Amino acid sequence: MKVAVLRFPGTNCEFDTQYAFEKLGHTTELVWHEEESLPSDIDLVVVPGGFSYGDYLRSGSIARFSPVMKAVSKYAEDGGKVLGICNGFQILTEAGLLPGALKRNNNLHFISKHQYLRVENTDNDFLNKCEAGEVLNIPIAHADGNYYIDDEGLEKLEANGQVLLRYSDSEGNRVVVNGSVTSIAGICNEKKNVFGLMPHPERALEAILGSEDGVKMLKGFES
Amino acid sequence: MTAIVNVFLKEGVLDPQGKAAHHALDSLGFEGVKDVRIGKQIVLQLDTDDRAKAETEVKEMCETLLANTVIEDYTIEIK
Repeated sequence: MKVAVLRFPGTNCEFDTQYAFEKLGHTTELVWHEEESLPSDIDLVVVPGGFSYGDYLRSGSIARFSPVMKAVSKYAEDGGKVLGICNGFQILTEAGLLPGALKRNNNLHFISKHQYLRVENTDNDFLNKCEAGEVLNIPIAHADGNYYIDDEGLEKLEANGQVLLRYSDSEGNRVVVNGSVTSIAGICNEKKNVFGLMPHPERALEAILGSEDGVKMLKGFES
Repeated sequence: MTAIVNVFLKEGVLDPQGKAAHHALDSLGFEGVKDVRIGKQIVLQLDTDDRAKAETEVKEMCETLLANTVIEDYTIEIK
């Protein structure tokens, strides 16, 4: 598998993301935000975490207008797989590739810690190596992770199996971490080829560093 | 001309900053504050004297970039 990893001014998780996919045996290519096209032979685009454009105005609001994002929209429109992690999730919602928006955390703090997540839906190209109801331990690190969608939008997400992950305790019970609607931590689009989550699976690859649950998440894209 | 854009979270969307400031005002003994909303103000200097044109353009700027209409409302004042 070949993975394109985007890079904006202020991105800071691009090397971790490359490390993660290369550790799983894949090749990666960094793509600068000024590029107007994506490499032709890729299987996945990852929009990694960080603080693109300093989070000015709103997180992701300026990055979404980078030249490369036009190519990403076209790639997604044609059925290509796109994964947004943290700031990448924010960029994808700002770009309208994923529904809803990410607001400031309810407690106004930057939250950085390991967090349990319950897997909600596995019928997709991302979480197919996980079990529904399974609890994963993945780090989070964000100030604007408070997912918002209106009631109608939430109903659609639920009905179509687009809710991927929810913040939970170790037993899988929902917990309030940042104020997200129904504790949502990750979603996908209706066609199930664009994925976004606030937690960082690329930071959970080695048990000795706290968790290796990120491996089975990222391996999902291999199928 | 000058355009003053005010962007606020929509009614019904919880404003955590406003809530924190409200709580702080309560703690300081300021009574009678029913609600606090915190938004942002964006001031644009425009190279036109045509009010209608300015309004149209600034509205487009708001819809495109300055506000995220999923969660935010905006007002435009042209001077």
